[in-house]
Order: sequence, then C-alpha cells, then structure tokens
Amino acid sequence: MTGTGIGAPVRRKEDQRFITGAGRYTDDLSRPGQAHAYFLRSPHAHAKILSIDTAAARAMPGVVAILTGDDLAADKIGGLICGWMIHSKDGSPMKAGPHPALAQGKVRYVGDHVAVVIADTYAQARDAAEAIEVAYEVLPAVVDARAAQKAGAPQVHDVADDNTVFRWHLGDKASTDAAFARAAHVTKIDLVNNRLVPNPMEPRAAVGEYDPGNESYTLFTTSQNPHVARLVLSAFIGVAPEHKLRVIAPDVGGGFGSKIFIYAEETVCVWAARKVGRPVRWTSDRTEAFLSDAHGRDHATHAELAMDENGKIIGLRAQTIANLGAYLSTFSSSVPTYLYAPLLSGSYDIPAIYAEVDGVYTNTAPVDAYRGAGRPEATFVVERLVEVAARELGMDPAKFRKRNYVKRFPHQTPVIMTYDAGDYGASMDKALELADYKGFSRRKRESARRGKLRGIGFSSYIEACGIAPSQAVGSLGAGVGLWESAEVRVNPTGSIEVLTGSHSHGQGHETTFAQLVCDRLGVPIENVIIVHGDTDKVQFGMGTYGSRSGAVGMSAIAKAIDKVIVKGKKVAAHVLEAAEADIEFKDGKFTVAGTDRGVGFADVALQAYIAHKFSGQDLEPGLKEGAFYDPTNFTFPAGVHICELEIDPDTGVTTIERWTAVDDFGVIINPMIVEGQVHGGIAQGVGQALHEGAIYDESGQLVTASFMDYRMPRAADLPSFQVGMTVTPCPSNPLGIKGCGEAGAIAAPAAVMNAITDALGHEDIAMPATPQAVWRAAQKNAAMRVAAE
Amino acid sequence: MYAFTYHKPSSVRQAAAMLAKNEDAKLLAGGHTLLPTMKQRLASPSALIDLGAMPELKGIERKGRSVVIGAMTRHGEVAESAVVREAIPGLAELAELIGDPHVRHRGTIGGSVANNDPSADYPAALLALDATVITNKRKIAADEFFQGLFVTALEEGEIVTKVSFPVAQKAAYAKFRNPASRYALAGVFVAKRGSDVRVAVTGASENGVFRWTAAEEALKARFTAKSLEGMAPSPDGMIGDIHADSAYRAHLVGVMARRAVQAATSR
Ligand SMILES: Cc1cc2nc3c(=O)[nH]c(=O)nc-3n(C[C@H](O)[C@H](O)[C@H](O)COP(=O)(O)OP(=O)(O)OC[C@H]3O[C@@H](n4cnc5c(N)ncnc54)[C@H](O)[C@@H]3O)c2cc1C
Repeated sequence: MTGTGIGAPVRRKEDQRFITGAGRYTDDLSRPGQAHAYFLRSPHAHAKILSIDTAAARAMPGVVAILTGDDLAADKIGGLICGWMIHSKDGSPMKAGPHPALAQGKVRYVGDHVAVVIADTYAQARDAAEAIEVAYEVLPAVVDARAAQKAGAPQVHDVADDNTVFRWHLGDKASTDAAFARAAHVTKIDLVNNRLVPNPMEPRAAVGEYDPGNESYTLFTTSQNPHVARLVLSAFIGVAPEHKLRVIAPDVGGGFGSKIFIYAEETVCVWAARKVGRPVRWTSDRTEAFLSDAHGRDHATHAELAMDENGKIIGLRAQTIANLGAYLSTFSSSVPTYLYAPLLSGSYDIPAIYAEVDGVYTNTAPVDAYRGAGRPEATFVVERLVEVAARELGMDPAKFRKRNYVKRFPHQTPVIMTYDAGDYGASMDKALELADYKGFSRRKRESARRGKLRGIGFSSYIEACGIAPSQAVGSLGAGVGLWESAEVRVNPTGSIEVLTGSHSHGQGHETTFAQLVCDRLGVPIENVIIVHGDTDKVQFGMGTYGSRSGAVGMSAIAKAIDKVIVKGKKVAAHVLEAAEADIEFKDGKFTVAGTDRGVGFADVALQAYIAHKFSGQDLEPGLKEGAFYDPTNFTFPAGVHICELEIDPDTGVTTIERWTAVDDFGVIINPMIVEGQVHGGIAQGVGQALHEGAIYDESGQLVTASFMDYRMPRAADLPSFQVGMTVTPCPSNPLGIKGCGEAGAIAAPAAVMNAITDALGHEDIAMPATPQAVWRAAQKNAAMRVAAE
Repeated sequence: MYAFTYHKPSSVRQAAAMLAKNEDAKLLAGGHTLLPTMKQRLASPSALIDLGAMPELKGIERKGRSVVIGAMTRHGEVAESAVVREAIPGLAELAELIGDPHVRHRGTIGGSVANNDPSADYPAALLALDATVITNKRKIAADEFFQGLFVTALEEGEIVTKVSFPVAQKAAYAKFRNPASRYALAGVFVAKRGSDVRVAVTGASENGVFRWTAAEEALKARFTAKSLEGMAPSPDGMIGDIHADSAYRAHLVGVMARRAVQAATSR
C-alpha cells in the first residue's frame, strides 16, 4: 500500500482551507435578500409571561416581523422533542414538559426564547428587541437538582412533580445488596460532576430559506447530524415536510455534542423564512452560547464499592441525581441513563451492580450530551471509587486495578454490556513504564524539597462507542436507529466521491475516510473526496457523536467499497474476456488469476460507464454502490491514563507535570489524527477537572456567562503528552475500529482528581479543583499534618 | 453596539476641543475596555475620539532619573522596550503579564490608567514607583490620581498624555492571575528607592489599588522577603468572587508581596 492507506499519518486534507481562512461556515453565507433574526431572551430564570407588547418595536426602522410563541401556536408548529424515552422504575414514562421554540406563557431559564425580531440588519433587530415590553410575573427559581426535588421547591413543569422527570434504575438491587452485606470492606464516596459549557470555537448559526416556487425549504445550520435535524424538524416539529426540507451543515467549527441537538433558533429560522418571504439568518454571540447551548454533565452521585477480604471487587452501587435543566434537550434523557450506568462496571469484573438515576428539571439551560456524554460521568465514579478503595485497603492503586480487571472476553457485565475484546493489563503495564511509575517516589521527594506537593493519579477508563446496533438502542428507548450509510460513486475517470452520513466538524474525516478508499481501491488520495453534511446529496445518515464515525461510518463505506469491487470484477471480466470468478483485485488492479493480464481501476471505471464491452442486458452500466451498516455490538475503547502533578500549597496552583495515555482504540486509520483527538480530549478533561464550571446563582443567573469568568483550558496548562497505544482489534465491525474521539475527555478528570487527592493526602476536594479550592484543601492538609505531629 | 460617530484628530488640542463640544463623546485608545462595553450595549457614547493618530502620545523616553511613557504606548511596546528593561525591569515584566498577545498589542498605558480597573496591573506600578500622570492640563501624583473603583482624579475633558516613572533601585511585580480573565487577582508591585519602600496592591481591594503600609514598614526595616513572613492584609474590604473569596485574596497578596521582594532582591 502507498503511504496514504490505513495506518499512515497522512496530513489532514481539510487543513489547508481551514488555516488559510477558506473554510465555509454557516455565518459566511450571504443569501440574496436575507434578513436578520435576534432572539429576545428571558432575563429571569423562572417567570410567567403576562403580556408581550411589540407595538413600539414593530414601528422601529428596518423591522420585518416580530414573532412570539402565540404565532407558533397559530401555525401549529410543534415543540422541540426529546428523542429517547426513559421509563421510571415503576414503569411510567418520563414526564416531559412542553418545549416550545418560543415561550408560551412561561419562561424557565435565563436565555429562554421569548420572541424573535426579524429586521433588515442585525443591529436593527437588536434595537427593536429592546423596545419590546414584556410583563413578567417573576417566580422563585431552583437551579440545584437536589434542591429541586425537595418539598416546596418551585415547580418548573406542571407535569413533573418534585421536578422529577424519571426515577430510573439499572441492575439487580437484591444481588447487589447481598454482595455489600457480605463485603469485607466498603468504600463510599460523594461526587459532583460539574456542569460544563461546551464552547465550540464556532458558535451556533442558522440560515432558513423558503422557495415559494417549489414550496421547499433550505436550512443551513451548524449541525453534527443534518439528517436527524431534518427528520425532527419535519416529522415532529412540523415546520416543513421531510422531502421539501434540505438541511446543509457546511464546515462546522467544533461541536463536542452541543451541535447534535435541534434547537429553537434553527426551528424559528426555517419557519420564519416562509412567513417573511426572505431568508432569515441568525448567529449566536458568545453570551448567547453560554446561556443557551445545551450544557454538559451536572451530576451529583453517592457511590459505594464492596470488596471481599482479598481486595476483589464484589459489588458497586450508585445513586445519581442528574440535572437536566429547564427542558429536555434532544438526547438529554439518554445521557445520565443508558450512556452512563451501563459503564459503571468500568474495566473491572464486578459481579453485582445497581444504579439509580433521577433526572430532574431545574431553571437552568438544558443539559445534554457533551464529549463523552454519560461515560465521563461513569468513569469518574468508577475510577474515583477504585482509587479511594485501593488507598483504604493500603494497596497500590495500579495493582488493585490489575487484580480486578476483566481478563476474559467476551465479558458480560451485570449492566447490559458485553465487552468484546481488550487487554487492560497490557495497557496498564505499558502506561506504568512510560510514566516511570517506579521513579515517582523520588520525584515526590524532590518536589517536597522545593515545598511542593506531588501526586500521581490513574484513570483506567472504558467507554462504549458507536451507539449502535440499532436494535439494541431501540430496545433501550432510542427514537431512531443508529446505523450509518455510505455511497461510493466512482466517476468515469476513476476519481471517487464518497458520500457519508457521518459529519466532520473537526475530526478529519476528509482525510481518514479517504485513506480507507486509498487502502481498499488503490487510488491516489487526491482522487478521493468525501461529501457530507447535505441532505440533498447524502440520502440519509445519523451523524457524528459517540466516537461512531470510524467504527460505524467507515464500516458503511467499507461495505460499499466491497460492492464496488464486486461490480468492478464483473466489468473487468468483460474487458479481460475472462470468467468473473477468475478476476482478482489487488493494489488497484483487476487481474486474471494466474496470468499477467490485468486492467487498472480507472480503466475499469471508464469501461463501466462507456459500456462498450458488455451488453446492458448482462450488466448494468455505471460504478456506484451504497450501503447501510449496522454493527453487531457497541465498541469498547479502553485505556489507562496517568497524571502526575505538582501543587504549590502557597497559592493552590496545580501544575500538570507529566501525562501518560495508553489507549486501545482497535485498528488505527491515522495515528496523527488519533493522537490529536487524544490531546484535545485530555485538554477538555483537564479543563473539567481543574478549571471549568458553570455556576448559576440562587436566582438562576449564570454567573459564568463569559470567558472573563468561565475558565477554559489553555495550551500552556498542559505538558507534552506521552501517548502510547495498544491494539486489540474490535471484532464487531469489519475494520476493527473502536473509536477515539471522546477517550481523553472520559479518562482525564479522574486521573487529575486522583492525582490531586494523592498529593493532598485526603479526598476532600471537588471539581473544578481551582487554585482557591486546592489552596483550601492544602490548608486542611497542613492542619492534618500538625494534628498528626 | 449602538450607532456612534468616529473621529480621528491629529492633536491632543483638537481632541480636547471635540471632547468639550460633545458631552457624550469618549476617548478611544486601545479600545480593549471601551469596545467590549459598547458591544454589550453597556456604554453608548455618541462619538468616539480616537487618540491613535497623535505622535505626541507615543513613545518611551529616558529623561534624567525618570522613564516617560506616552499615553498611547501599547503594553507590548513597554514589555519589549530596551529603555524600560534597562531602567525599571519590573515595569517591563508587568507589561508582559497583561492579558494575552492580542491585548498587549492593542491596550495602552493611558487607557489602563484612565480606566483604573481595580484588577488592572499598571496602577500598582504607578503607585509603587511614585509615578506622575501628565495630562493636557496638569501633573498628578499617583497617590492622588487613583481614587477608588474606576475613579481617578481626571476631570471632564482631561486627557492623559504621558506617565513619568522615577527610576527605582529595586523594583518588581508579582501577579496572581484571575484564572479566567488573566487580570490581576492579586498583584503586588514593590519598589525601593533609598530608604523609601512602597508596596502597591492591585486586584484585591474593593477600593481599587492601594498601598500596603504595614508591608512597607516591615520592608523599610529590612528589604527581604523574610520581613514579610506570615504577613497578609486583612480580608476585610478585599474583593470576594467565584475565583477567590476575600480570605484567599488577602493570603495571596502576602504571597505575591514576598515573591515580588524575592524577585527584586535577586537581580
Ligand atoms: C481579554 C482582556 C484581558 C485583559 N487583561 C488585562 C490584564 O491582565 N491586566 C490589565 O491591566 N489589563 C488587562 N486588560 C485591559 C487592557 O490591557 C487595557 O489596559 C484596557 O483595556 C484599557 O486600555 P485601552 O487602551 O484598551 O483603553 P480604551 O478601552 O480605549 O479606553 C478605556 C477608557 O479610558 C479612556 N481613555 C483612554 N485613553 C485615555 C487617555 N489618554 N486619557 C483619558 N482617558 C482615556 C477611554 O475613554 C475609556 O473610557 C485586558 C483586556 C482584555 C480585553
């Protein structure tokens, strides 16, 4: 194979246009006659809307229209949906309150959409919005999920008593309780998984357009899954029929999950475009992004781990309260349930697990999937528990983990998952070596000499990716199937267009997917282009999230390529005047087995289209094949991350000194891109552990609504990472790929917090471990030392 | 942002005349405070008078025992100035700690001083070095210039033209950055000139930049970090926010003061 096939560190084809400013993002589009939308948002976390007076605003210069929830209702536009049904323990369906794209009677969080002003310019729309008079009856608000469940708390939605959307559980309570009853040691912890604001570099944007001639709509939007957006907007919200709605997600500058969902703004842009007879565009500013992009995480968990007298884990139980925000976002109900609790076995052989999860409404922005989605939360619980347990038992945390690892595959956990392949011990051994674990105590002494506290922390994560097979997720409540589609179009010149239902918004698909084509068809990488993100070009697709594009999206492409080869052999048989069964395809060439007679791939493509060598009755002309691919199982990337850090007890500043990541992502298509994904993931995980945290005050105002207060991770916060790989190919897809997009963000928080608590000598610190929090904890550490002396 | 008119006069005199004519006009220097405030619609000047085209406001000069810096000098220029590095290295180091490269290449010393943000860095240097603010009307000693949160001695229509820093024997700045914004969460500038020692603290107090006299007295006795061991100002009156409550801030002032003295004595 050439240097551009599977396994080659090919430079990203798309970067040339991105780094030269030639990318085409939604906000770069300019449509003839376009008008600008500005959303008037609620300044209150919870209020009744008594009246909205738009008279003065309508008279302002440039105003085209002002629309409210009443107009939506009059046009029978449905509410936004949550596409994953969760049933409570008692069998009752989750209690989903209404979620109109523009508020109807009530606002439920700061940033909730009250009205939209459409005007000739953005400034005019914004000016007019200031002239809208809204009479609110402000209601008490609740922002903390635990507080929201207490008696007397303000009720966010009438349908949900105690603000509780569901009381869900997974696993066998009786056998788990029995394991705890006979345990030699039980470790208990309380954890908060802090709320995060996704902050992709490109804020959300939408342009809606209506063509009265064809009665058809086009939506350009910042989406990770344009087909799902089209399906939801047509089948559920009802703004346009599916076949008359084209959704285009052009270049998208990062998503991290926040662009999976179907939001109010794009819904309104499509709907309003027809109403005003002009394209309607909206681009979020950064403040709006903080307020209204779906946030991530926000769990409070009590967890316990039971061990027998040999330090073997025999049971785990967890109670989690998940803050879902003011409305159920598109996949919000699945994140703290099926994307979370099934991972509570971690990489360990735990015979009994029982988890209870309450999903709770509060007067905060909706919470949904954010890089890792449920799996970082699970890993944090498991890896903090395991670390604390090892310390309590006086065992080396690496040894304790190795003792409890799953060692035989396939392995059925008590919480749904069947782990198919892995070698966790190999990852741990490699990580220990790369991290020079043996030298740690020397480095710790050296730090102590400089007055610094050094700590080391492990995170031995596992995740479930692909979010498929469709039957499996359907049985768990998913409203859609989670397969993927692909079409491989070979042109007469032998160049190739690959249409994929995956969507690239930073992952490098234009490169990695092309590498697969090069590998299989032997064509130069320049001759391959990857087409995605347009529902008029790609028939259907499920989009990109859950580290699924490699395992599921590329598998669909591989399947289509196989069909192309089959067809190509038929064509070649005619060209070479040989029996089809005798044709072999290798290195871009069709040959007659056992002879030196052959024909190149491009020639076969041409022959397929000119169709001079075969009759149309024997063989259809053309060379184009499609495939839908649904895997046989989730994929299970796993690995070991080791964080070593130093704390300055005088200031509380934490410096990460060393980071070792040994991941098993199965077969790797492009090691450079995979490493990049690991780096970015670790940065985000470190951000969660040390820096980031969305804070609402008691009245429901978002205190961290700008970068002046919301602390993002920066390059200078991070050391150079030591990235190592182990490979056990994934048996559930033809390429052996497991997925790598979320691993870093899943692994990192526990590694950091385990290292901090190791350095401090006690467990009493929560994420984000800001300098202030670490300083306080270090004070306690000093006090403990004094007490001990 | 609301609509406004934009003017770019070529002399301070012209700018002053425009200001006098138009009450709602604002001077525009680097725009790094003013423009974000306007974008958020928290300020709505009817006119902006850009100070960017006046050679008289630019440049860094050594004048006898002082370093004189024009109001429109960017932070980056101060950080890189050979004159400043030679005469008052602590001042160049302070400028290098402001914001990020974008901010340092737009923000100006005049804008920073006129704005008197309680978390800005320069006010600490002016106060500790006993600098003089020179305006189109008069000279104002730093001790009189800074008068609390965003309040200065500047009068209506008065324009900062230069800041004059007397050279110190030993001077250094230590800054604990606000983790998110990178402004000072606790910034301490120490300067020793003869037997006089001045310690100015920014980022910490609810009243803006202030002189920490207890530390000054301790350092006058012996100019060494040890003299400040265990010292911190009272948390009363310190800013408390999500990044640092008042007790942590007060503690950090003590730590930064010791680090500043350490830096000043080790060059
Ligand atoms: C992201 C970010 C990070 C920052 N970090 C820091 C930091 O770490 N430390 C720090 O100290 N600062 C920081 N700043 C502030 C910045 O460095 C500037 O000092 C500050 O914005 C003011 O300077 P300017 O030139 O931008 O003034 P402008 O924004 O143009 O003006 C500020 C105010 O001063 C007035 N003004 C300006 N020049 C004069 C003059 N010559 N005479 C009278 N009035 C005048 C203006 O009318 C206006 O009211 C940061 C800013 C940003 C945006």
